[in-house]
Amino acid sequence: MAEVDYKELKKGGFMRQVQKDRFSLRLRIVGGQIRAEQLQKVTEIAEKYGQGYIHMTSRQGIEIPFVKLQDIDAVKKELSEVGLQPGACGPRVRTITACQGENICPSGLIDTTSLAKELDNRYFARELPHKFKIGVTGCCNNCLKAEENDLGIKGGLKPAWQADVCNYCGLCQAVCPVKAIEIVSGDTVSLNETQCNYCGKCVKACPVEAWKGEKGFILSFGGLFGNRIAVGKQILPIVSSKESLYKVIDLTLAFFQKYGKQSERFRNTLDRVGWELFEKELEVLNIE
Amino acid sequence: MNKGKADAFVDITDVVCPVTFVKVKVAIEELEPGQILEIRMNEGEPIQNVPRSLKDEDHKVIRVENNGDGTYTVLVEKDGLT
Repeated sequence: MAEVDYKELKKGGFMRQVQKDRFSLRLRIVGGQIRAEQLQKVTEIAEKYGQGYIHMTSRQGIEIPFVKLQDIDAVKKELSEVGLQPGACGPRVRTITACQGENICPSGLIDTTSLAKELDNRYFARELPHKFKIGVTGCCNNCLKAEENDLGIKGGLKPAWQADVCNYCGLCQAVCPVKAIEIVSGDTVSLNETQCNYCGKCVKACPVEAWKGEKGFILSFGGLFGNRIAVGKQILPIVSSKESLYKVIDLTLAFFQKYGKQSERFRNTLDRVGWELFEKELEVLNIE
Repeated sequence: MNKGKADAFVDITDVVCPVTFVKVKVAIEELEPGQILEIRMNEGEPIQNVPRSLKDEDHKVIRVENNGDGTYTVLVEKDGLT
């Protein structure tokens, strides 16, 4: 038998198992969604080539354990029949995770599903010094836990008050979790913009649409939840366009590629070279 | 807009989500369109969620009072957004 290139296999989503010549095959899942007919094929493959079960990973992935080395090509071919591919392991951009977002969830502020697909198209499996995780969550409820990721994206709304339609009921002041809104003397409403966390609760709650919200992305950098645990930091104001979002991500990945040492997570790179260096490069982008 | 006093009152400070909204729904069912329901609710999750659910069902919040004791009094006009 030919020499087995484990690194190459791992790159292609085949995780070496404790058992000799058995692999847990990771699938390329985007935003935690899979079509029913694809799931049916996964079932078939697990029965035919695995041990009749699948493993759901901690990041919305699916793995089919106990695939034999000699069956790898056949399994890949069967997956491709329903538009499925092996996922990514090793030092590269991993599964893009997402909550259901505004298409499904009443709390959602952005279309997380489409964004996850776009991110997958642009960045999936890009080679980097170490693994790089990107997650998309629809709002500040943070069901997808954005700050666990090397780069977390959270839907937000930048609120603006419309005096002419306001009924001064006081609900926005009551629902604001950071006390950034104050009804002043029954005819003025003040918003403390530096205090605002862009959660959009005022916009969602307002009975008369007196709060308009401009959609945007709240980004966090350098989250880790493995050997070292660190919460991703928000170092930019809310990013309002997708174009700017991609500029920031392109720069982030380029920065990590340039400054990261092999096998060093992004957070550790930032801590070593200094966050200021990264912030300075972000500043040049002039993001709004 | 009817700014007069409430036509009915419901206290939901003794229940938790999702019963909070269920209790409000039952109370508002009893009213005619345009009538006012007064709801006493806790700060935190109830004030975050119940008025938003009322909006989704086309009832209009017209006044919110902070009672200063960890509760709010919310006045809602039935079908006020239709």
